[in-house]
Amino acid sequence: MYQYDSYDQKMVDARVAEFRDQVNRRLAGEIAEDQFKPLRLKNGLYLQLHAYMLRVAIPYGTLNGAQMRMLGDIADKYDRGYGHFTTRQNIQYNWIKLEQAPDLLADLASVEMHAIQTSGNCIRNTTADHFAGAAADELVDPRPYAELLRQWSTFHPEFDYLPRKFKIAIIGSETDRAAMKLHDIGIQLVTNDAGEVGCKFYVGGGMGRTPMIAPVIGDFVPPLQMISYLEACLRVYNRYGRRDNKYKARIKILVHEIGADEYRRQVEEEFAHILTLGLEPPPAELERIKGFFEQPGFDAAASDDLDLSDPDFAVWVKQNVHAHKQTGYAIATIALKPVGGIPGDATADQIRLMADLARDYSFDELRVTHAQNIVLPHVKKADLYTVWQKLDEAGLANANLDLISDIIACPGLDYCSLANARSIPVAQKISERFADLGRQQELGELKLKISGCINACGHHHAGHIGILGVDRKGVENYQLLFGGSEGADTSLGTITGPGFSEDGIVDAIEKATNVYLDQRADGERFLDTYRRIGMAPFKEAIYAKEPANG
Amino acid sequence: MVEQNLRYRSDEPVADPAVTVDAFADQSNATAVRIEPGDDARDLLPHLDRLALVEVNFPAYTDGRGYSAARILREHGYQGELRAVGDVLLDQLSHMRRCGFDSFAPNHDIDRAAADKAFATWPEVYQKTVDGRPAIWAKRHG
Amino acid sequence: MKIITGNDLRTGDVIWWTGEGWSRHVNDAVDVPEGAEAIIARENAKQIVTDTQVIDATLTDEGVRPAHIKDRIRALGPTVRLDLSLKPADPAAGTWVI
Repeated sequence: MYQYDSYDQKMVDARVAEFRDQVNRRLAGEIAEDQFKPLRLKNGLYLQLHAYMLRVAIPYGTLNGAQMRMLGDIADKYDRGYGHFTTRQNIQYNWIKLEQAPDLLADLASVEMHAIQTSGNCIRNTTADHFAGAAADELVDPRPYAELLRQWSTFHPEFDYLPRKFKIAIIGSETDRAAMKLHDIGIQLVTNDAGEVGCKFYVGGGMGRTPMIAPVIGDFVPPLQMISYLEACLRVYNRYGRRDNKYKARIKILVHEIGADEYRRQVEEEFAHILTLGLEPPPAELERIKGFFEQPGFDAAASDDLDLSDPDFAVWVKQNVHAHKQTGYAIATIALKPVGGIPGDATADQIRLMADLARDYSFDELRVTHAQNIVLPHVKKADLYTVWQKLDEAGLANANLDLISDIIACPGLDYCSLANARSIPVAQKISERFADLGRQQELGELKLKISGCINACGHHHAGHIGILGVDRKGVENYQLLFGGSEGADTSLGTITGPGFSEDGIVDAIEKATNVYLDQRADGERFLDTYRRIGMAPFKEAIYAKEPANG
Repeated sequence: MVEQNLRYRSDEPVADPAVTVDAFADQSNATAVRIEPGDDARDLLPHLDRLALVEVNFPAYTDGRGYSAARILREHGYQGELRAVGDVLLDQLSHMRRCGFDSFAPNHDIDRAAADKAFATWPEVYQKTVDGRPAIWAKRHG
Repeated sequence: MKIITGNDLRTGDVIWWTGEGWSRHVNDAVDVPEGAEAIIARENAKQIVTDTQVIDATLTDEGVRPAHIKDRIRALGPTVRLDLSLKPADPAAGTWVI
């Protein structure tokens, strides 16, 4: 894992000092709220429904045991004993006091963490494949590039007041686990026939009120020109992105309005100019960073054998464990999705337990996934059973990864001042309705995603089943979407028709899953069946006066 | 002309009023121009040698186009005064300086001592820009 | 009725204008049929409250009921963590917001 040097440390320390000064000026009345608000937002501090909320950056979703432990301690010291892992691989605390926020940031800085640029119209925390460095299908480890990106984007002076927020994701394998094409910029590290690495730039994707899948803008940018190409992409956007309407201000609208070809032409022109300026960190810098991401000291003699005689453990392994590139090791995902629970929430004790497990069994590494789960990326297969037992004791052995109860949900109207409807109670009711794990397994992979407003933090456009909460004359109402997906087969969901009440949406989903069970062909997931048979049979079932499978 | 209160240059200030980009194109003797957010700074590139002052207007601090305009001018060798005017706030001074501004005419008072403190916010910088400060990567690798 | 709400600048707590000061309990909120803007301006200037706004509410048998669900959730706390709400002992508190 990357470790700060004195330069990195000075930067986060300077940020803490700057924010402490800004908070003091605000509390002393030297700056008004309308001037202070963008300053606190650039430190991830929002004012939500009940209190200040702090969003802490977890750069490319990677952290070590000490950092995770600190996240648990912060939950106890400054919050109410829990945190919420988000769809951008970050963690949010819901009950922060403004007057304590600078101390909190100082505690974070003590473990090389920060809340820099986790809000505001700037380049946000970069996300990445949560299996980076571990996945069996990986071509190029994206983490060194993500770290290069982190440093480049931190306090970038030109791009701090963009038309709108800007999110970058980076992956290095064929399988896209980071919803890369649904970002402002998605970078896929690829290799050519000669074995050289290149960056494939997807620009202009996004969710929100106008979901779009990003087109390819740069086919094969040399890694040692990645920063220059990003400068070009951002500068064109900063200059020409719309500022007259915040709903049309994301880069996806610019790329869509002028067309991918014209956007590419402008980027290439700017890129040619920028290459003359020497803005790119030297090869030695990338090599220096790569040095932090070398493989941990795997036991080459580790056995691939796994004793699956405990049936509960076997179920968890089947669902939550993925193939590792190293023989004898596995990637274990901790699903923060208990039946009836709050997706992505973990108590301080659970967070500290996960930190301990990382230290003892995963080379001190953890990842946060955009599906609001936690990954232990390098677990020796011989240790898996012990890890599972410890998770089980802490209520963290939910064997439902990628099943219908592994729901992504934004905080919704229970916490968020932008929300129109609550998300969490819907997630809870769905997971309770489908509580039986055998039934969930029968339904197979089914990605269900819930947003409490059009901003789509819950990724509803990309859910096999998506739910969008809306406000209908002061009453919560839920629209249903089918057919969304992220990854290699990225697609956007289609709204079924009129919305539902909170209970109605749970019934409708159950009916839809029954249609799938009736109609599926061999090996088809819910999404595959939907794509094959279309919306009509589902619509017929969910809007029928009498239950279709009564 | 906006009353100026923060200038970080040793040469004499330009006395001429800044004209609009459109007017500048028609006036071959003008030495000062004012860029609005929607103007294209690149239109000025053929005339950099006769320019002594470029004002970049920030009608609202949230509109960050002026940062790119400034940097583009400097990247193309503009040496004259580059002045941020309008809704220029204390907490933005440091980034503006990094993008090449060397003069600031906020539409409200900014204390010079506070400004100096703001410029010292970042002991190091991660990016190479146009202010001559070495990026951290340059220091790391000599 | 019209009531004034905001957040405590330092702690972020949701607070309601009582006519004399601020309370965390919506039932302490008073009707401010006019002059709300002046109160808000005066209170904002004291650097103790932020994000102040005037909202609609009704006076019911149970007390002051904000007109919009968002403000009712603000008045109670997260419905999915009633243990952290202002009515931790009332398991039915969540139904009040609907």
